Amino acid sequence: MALIQQTDYGTPKRNSATLVTLEIDGKPVTVPAGTSVMRAAVEVGVQVPKLCASDNLEPFGSCRLCLIEVEGRKGTPASCTTPAEQGMKVRTQSPKLSKLRMGVMELYASDYPREMFESSASGNTEFQQMVTAVGLRDVRYGYSGKNHQSAEKDESNPYFEFDPAKCIVCSRCVRACEEVQGTFALTIDGRGFASAVSAGDKPFLESECVSCGACVQACPTGSLLEKSVIENGQPDRSVVTTCAYCGVGCSFVAELKGDEVVRMTPDKAGKANHGHSCIKGRFAWGYTTHKDRILKPMIRAKFTDPWREVSWEEAIGHAAGEFKRIQAKYGRDSIGGITSSRCSNEETFLVQKMVRAAFGNNNTDTCARVCHSPTGYGMSTTLGTSAGTQDFDSVEAADVIMIIGANPTDAHPVFASHMKRRLREGARLIIIDPRRIDLVKTPHVQADYHLPLLPGTNVAMINSLAHVVVTEGLVDEPYVKERCDLVAFEQWRKFVAQEKNSPEAMEKFTGVPAADVRAAARLYATGGSGAIYYGLGVTEHSQGSTMVMGMCNLAMATGNIGKNGVGINPLRGQNNVQGSCDMGSFPHEYSGYRHVSGTAVRESFEKEWHVPLQSEPGLRIPNMIDAAVDGTFKGIYIQGEDIVQSDPNTQHISAGLAAMECVVVQDLFLNETASYAHVFLPGSSFLEKDGTFTNAERRISRVRKAIEPMAGLADWEATMALSNALGYPMHYNHPSEIMDEIARLTPTFAGVSYEKLDRLGSLQWPCNDKAPEGTPVMHIGGFVRGKGRFMITEFVPTDERVTARFPLILTTGRILSQYNVGAQTRRTPNNTWHDMDVLEIHPSDAEDRGIKEGDLVSLASREGDITLPARISERMQPGVVYTTFHHAMTGANVVTTEFSDWATNCPEYKVTAVQVQLARHMSEWQEQYLETRKQTTRIEKESTAND
Amino acid sequence: MIHMANQIALFFASYPKDEAVAGVADHLQKFWEPRMRKQITEYVAHGGSGLHEYALEAVKRLH
Repeated sequence: MALIQQTDYGTPKRNSATLVTLEIDGKPVTVPAGTSVMRAAVEVGVQVPKLCASDNLEPFGSCRLCLIEVEGRKGTPASCTTPAEQGMKVRTQSPKLSKLRMGVMELYASDYPREMFESSASGNTEFQQMVTAVGLRDVRYGYSGKNHQSAEKDESNPYFEFDPAKCIVCSRCVRACEEVQGTFALTIDGRGFASAVSAGDKPFLESECVSCGACVQACPTGSLLEKSVIENGQPDRSVVTTCAYCGVGCSFVAELKGDEVVRMTPDKAGKANHGHSCIKGRFAWGYTTHKDRILKPMIRAKFTDPWREVSWEEAIGHAAGEFKRIQAKYGRDSIGGITSSRCSNEETFLVQKMVRAAFGNNNTDTCARVCHSPTGYGMSTTLGTSAGTQDFDSVEAADVIMIIGANPTDAHPVFASHMKRRLREGARLIIIDPRRIDLVKTPHVQADYHLPLLPGTNVAMINSLAHVVVTEGLVDEPYVKERCDLVAFEQWRKFVAQEKNSPEAMEKFTGVPAADVRAAARLYATGGSGAIYYGLGVTEHSQGSTMVMGMCNLAMATGNIGKNGVGINPLRGQNNVQGSCDMGSFPHEYSGYRHVSGTAVRESFEKEWHVPLQSEPGLRIPNMIDAAVDGTFKGIYIQGEDIVQSDPNTQHISAGLAAMECVVVQDLFLNETASYAHVFLPGSSFLEKDGTFTNAERRISRVRKAIEPMAGLADWEATMALSNALGYPMHYNHPSEIMDEIARLTPTFAGVSYEKLDRLGSLQWPCNDKAPEGTPVMHIGGFVRGKGRFMITEFVPTDERVTARFPLILTTGRILSQYNVGAQTRRTPNNTWHDMDVLEIHPSDAEDRGIKEGDLVSLASREGDITLPARISERMQPGVVYTTFHHAMTGANVVTTEFSDWATNCPEYKVTAVQVQLARHMSEWQEQYLETRKQTTRIEKESTAND
Repeated sequence: MIHMANQIALFFASYPKDEAVAGVADHLQKFWEPRMRKQITEYVAHGGSGLHEYALEAVKRLH
């Protein structure tokens, strides 16, 4: 595909119902009232020269290049700040306008690197396009006047540089930082000639800048430019694809020069991100060609042996032979498979198909087990489907936003920017989180209520909020009467109205003043459209599913489901958490969330797959590990997932894997799980394959192959080869054929095809005959399950209790610059911001223990202990500490426990009783880890003819 | 396994007993792999010590 040039309309779209018709250069055009003349002109194919305008920013009118003449009016106003009016007659070209524009550009050029504007080879910036557009060839004033050409570059950021010599102080970068990203890190310092873009008088790297790339995207002059473009030159082709990081699922344009990615730019047409990006998607793609990539299949007899490089045929044949041997010896149910939420829909569908059809059992699971499985259970039970109710754009209509157990500015940054725009417009904000996350107070955003509850008390909190709604007469009675199961509702109403659920009674558990809880409940119930957004701080608890049901109860009781601006919105951690669940990756259900025991559904799969299928649920990931330790589970195929680093109680996971006879890992890198593997199949990155991802708003988006698979096979091809070797034939020529099969078997995907995705850009399921172009908002007019079902949600304190020996609560999570186990981001310059996991601890807890900033501390739980540096932070409340799990060497999950959600076995990562004390050296586990890692990652290179 | 079964029982314990026991049994049937159900059934057959009353009764209803 040639390089994509996206149309810039100059100013944002307006949505007025009133239309105005005007004439531009003799061409009639009708636009919504409020539309700028500049945008109206683009609508009829007239590009008015511009530099300070962009259609993702409010008009600014500073560059004086977009001047126009309006019949009957004096002067030459800027077209970007002039609204289109009925009957207006506009000229965008005249000798006078040409002269004015030439003069303006001449002045700009007089203080711009001469070689840059005279040479087209030096870049393809808007500035150079405008030089061409106005016909500028020389600068009458010369270049020796006072200028900024010797200003020092800021090269501190690893991904882009700022060259003040090329800056025309148009403020696009400043406005992008404010309006698009909402960080307000940039400003214009000084006045007149001394005006300059400033990141708070600091280098970019040391400033508040979050490296989202919005300023770089906005810069029309090349003053802010990606270092990858400076190093590699301009790209010559591009491919539209979907980001492989978080659940926002941003659409990106991969720009390449030959087979080399030059940069990733956010796609303006992307309906999840609308042209915005974050540091990970925009810049942290270098891992795809990192030297650590394993590009040859490998096998070994014991996991303590060195790896031996082999052909794909030998590796696949060996894996299949081992799986068949194990099943013959230990039984059909002795093996299984796991996928990752980083895999595409087609890949996860294929793996679960292989497990069910080729292995002949239902031992298939996915990493959503350890993040959002309670979302599926809780929402399915109450509302009837296992997915968020809204599209992201719905936030624009929210009046009250309640964020529970999520940190969007770190984990879902592009949606956080979207949300912050709505908050700056005046939406109210309630945050329920043990930590003081950034959204509690950030530029131009301040939470109305921050309820800093103790970890493990979510259900106590949600019941308290519901108690206020019920006892203060705030229930939306007509809504409940029309749309909900009234028997269940009355049962629930009676339950939450009990005094034991009042904010006052629950305060002893939550630690949050009852008055604040009451006020927050009133605001949510009466403040207009109320939208709940939540993350793993909800699900990763022993009552994760209960809490999801509790939130659904609250939303139903207040009429906050089934329209724009409301809803229950899970912020999915990884790019394809939603999709991997949709695809039937869980052991108890087929694609579309239909239980394996349902005869009609099972028969439809048997008919399509030509094989009898089991009607009993299979093992979940923790069950597989338990069974392995018990000796009844002996082999596993793991695609793209690193359970050793990401799952709780590392020692138990390691013991389970070590007890197996055949562990097959398919991944980009020799991850921690591969330390226990016998077969390694090289994975393909998102740039190397076709497929689809489904984001947190149920949006199915295309992943498009930009370069050929570096190891020779795309992941779906490797799975297909394994299945064929196992004796269950699979024949697909392209992932589109897998999607066609998914559509045939899955009612909610019945209308999905690659042709339609290519035509419409993306689709939100359900997509079928009833909704051929998808469903942005669910449950309009009624719930998927029929009547909404209120569930009783008794608060049951976790069994993980603090004691004198373990007096603190550890909660874990992730940060902006790193991503989950770090396999991707650790292999990029994102390490500049976070090169090790640290323990955040409140000053008073630190002082009690004599801990100072940066001290090495021991973090010990009943399961194990690690050491890591301390960071003193008032983001924490006393009694609660926090760390991330991005670095394998840290081993954060050595400490976490096997307690899990009662319904889904989602681990209780968010509550671990710990003690923290000063330490002098790494823990025993960490020392052992280094030894094990050294031993298990040795590779004997394949012999060649020259050897 | 005992812990997990008791957790399930505690969720359903807020409902009337018949409904609660049926809820626990249904959950075990739908989400527990047969070998897990077999293990807990055998455990109950040996007395089921430490199991919540509703979990105990629910396991007896498993097939």
